[in-house]
Amino acid sequence: MERGLHPVVMIMLVAAAALFGRALPTWTLSLATIAASNALIALGIVVLARTGNVSFGQGLFFAAGGYGVALIANAFGITDAVAQVVIGAVCAGLLGLVIGPLIARYTGIFFGMLTLALSMLLYGALVKSAALGGSDGFNVGRPSLFGMLFIDPREADFMLYAVSVVTTGLAGIVATILFRSELGLVSLAVRENNLRVEYLGLSANRIVTINFVIAAIFAGASGAFALMAQRHIDPQFAYWTTSGEFVFIAVLAGYQSVAAVFVASMALELVRSFSNLYLPNTWQLVLGAFLLGVILFLPRGIGSLWIRDRRKRNAPAAAPHPAENRVAP
Amino acid sequence: MTPVLSVRGLDKRFGAVIAADALSLDIAAGQKVSLIGANGAGKTTFVNMVTGYLKPDSGSIALDGLDIGNRSPRHVARLGISRSFQIPQLFIELTAAENLAVAISGTRSEALSFLAPADAQGRRDRAIELLARFGLADLADRPISELAGGVRKLVDIAMALVRRPKLLLLDEPTSGVSAEEKFATMDRVIHAVAPDAATIVFVEHDMEIVGRYADRVVAFYQGRILADGDPQQVLGDTEVRRYVTGGAR
Repeated sequence: MERGLHPVVMIMLVAAAALFGRALPTWTLSLATIAASNALIALGIVVLARTGNVSFGQGLFFAAGGYGVALIANAFGITDAVAQVVIGAVCAGLLGLVIGPLIARYTGIFFGMLTLALSMLLYGALVKSAALGGSDGFNVGRPSLFGMLFIDPREADFMLYAVSVVTTGLAGIVATILFRSELGLVSLAVRENNLRVEYLGLSANRIVTINFVIAAIFAGASGAFALMAQRHIDPQFAYWTTSGEFVFIAVLAGYQSVAAVFVASMALELVRSFSNLYLPNTWQLVLGAFLLGVILFLPRGIGSLWIRDRRKRNAPAAAPHPAENRVAP
Repeated sequence: MTPVLSVRGLDKRFGAVIAADALSLDIAAGQKVSLIGANGAGKTTFVNMVTGYLKPDSGSIALDGLDIGNRSPRHVARLGISRSFQIPQLFIELTAAENLAVAISGTRSEALSFLAPADAQGRRDRAIELLARFGLADLADRPISELAGGVRKLVDIAMALVRRPKLLLLDEPTSGVSAEEKFATMDRVIHAVAPDAATIVFVEHDMEIVGRYADRVVAFYQGRILADGDPQQVLGDTEVRRYVTGGAR
């Protein structure tokens, strides 16, 4: 079973990371905000991947959260950043509750393609919807926090950074508790052999659905951050390339560690920023080479760097057991 | 007295292949029943239908008088039938104790806990206790992927025992076990399951095992029951010797 930091220590680390933003240059704040936001949705994909299913259409919930927040914010004048995150998470979570039980019946490539198809259905509907601004989308106002408005761009960036780091950090703590829990263990069992799980009296579909809804909630909150950062929303939120980017981070991270998702998201943003700066016409090539390198040398993701070592440290010496000698392999 | 398992007129066809042909069978509490038959005789199909993996074309299956013919494996397991597999069905990246912990989670009547640690002491103690019955406590923290095939088989049976089933179905419990150790392994299995499973049905090809451990033998041939009775009678039956054991014993 995965062992790691105590949740209280994690809360302190999250608080320290949020305060650390005060020392960061402005351009780094924006980058870290995007990385934290992307890590949040990728974390959801990792939660789901632990059941053996990969969503190629997480943009569906990213867009549902973003559009939900944008519409409610414009209709009711809600600008509070925390409220917007909650609204985004609730909108996407409700959609996940509707779709989850239906899609949990499928596995593997069918599961992945269905999620992709649903996200593209939403994309198509949004592009055609004049009331939602069609392909151009629409704008929303500047976010506030507990009644405070941030006119200074540096302060506004820091506020968004702090809220995104705290939210993503709390989501990371929730995911860590989940990974170590009874539900987390059974999710891994579903990934390996869902029929055996059923033979043990458990519902594999229900377990996949729970993880699917958690992933949707994380994606919706991430959509709210993207909306607050851009103060604009358009159908691109639901487009397949947007979903692909999140899967990219999840693949980099692997499914074994929560911390790996944050490392992967930050690494991706840094590689993208610097390759875009120094190789403006071939930055995608650098990104591709980076992913290829991780897949070749760390096929189980960046997290396997420390999870594998921890397993080795915890495992007893692998001396032959008498029972193993008694039975033929 | 109501039999634990009662099967009536069970039919199952796969195209032209008849896997079950009007099978009727009662199994009383406390029996150790061995199902024998050549490959394709219908033994595993029978086990699959009883455990809900396959739906019979017609006929009924009752557990303690309750019809379970159209229930899913999950419901059948919850009602009290557990099984192990000819090829162990384990979670190979998890440790032996974690495999047992998953099985223990399956016994909960309430929803799976998001907060309860997977390795909570009570759950781990129960897992270790079950593994110890099979002499595997020392292997509790080893991933299944590192364990030999025969050990995996024992872990598979231990997982089936977690529910304290009314009826335990074992699919070839000694396959993959060396000839010298098959009796020791079967002794261990019978001893380990005794406290939790009063009624056992095991599919077996080894007639020495059948003769020693079963108190009733059911011989299958082409989806039908060829003979049913005590081991001496069935294994000595002319038709059984001709179609099933090929003259063994």
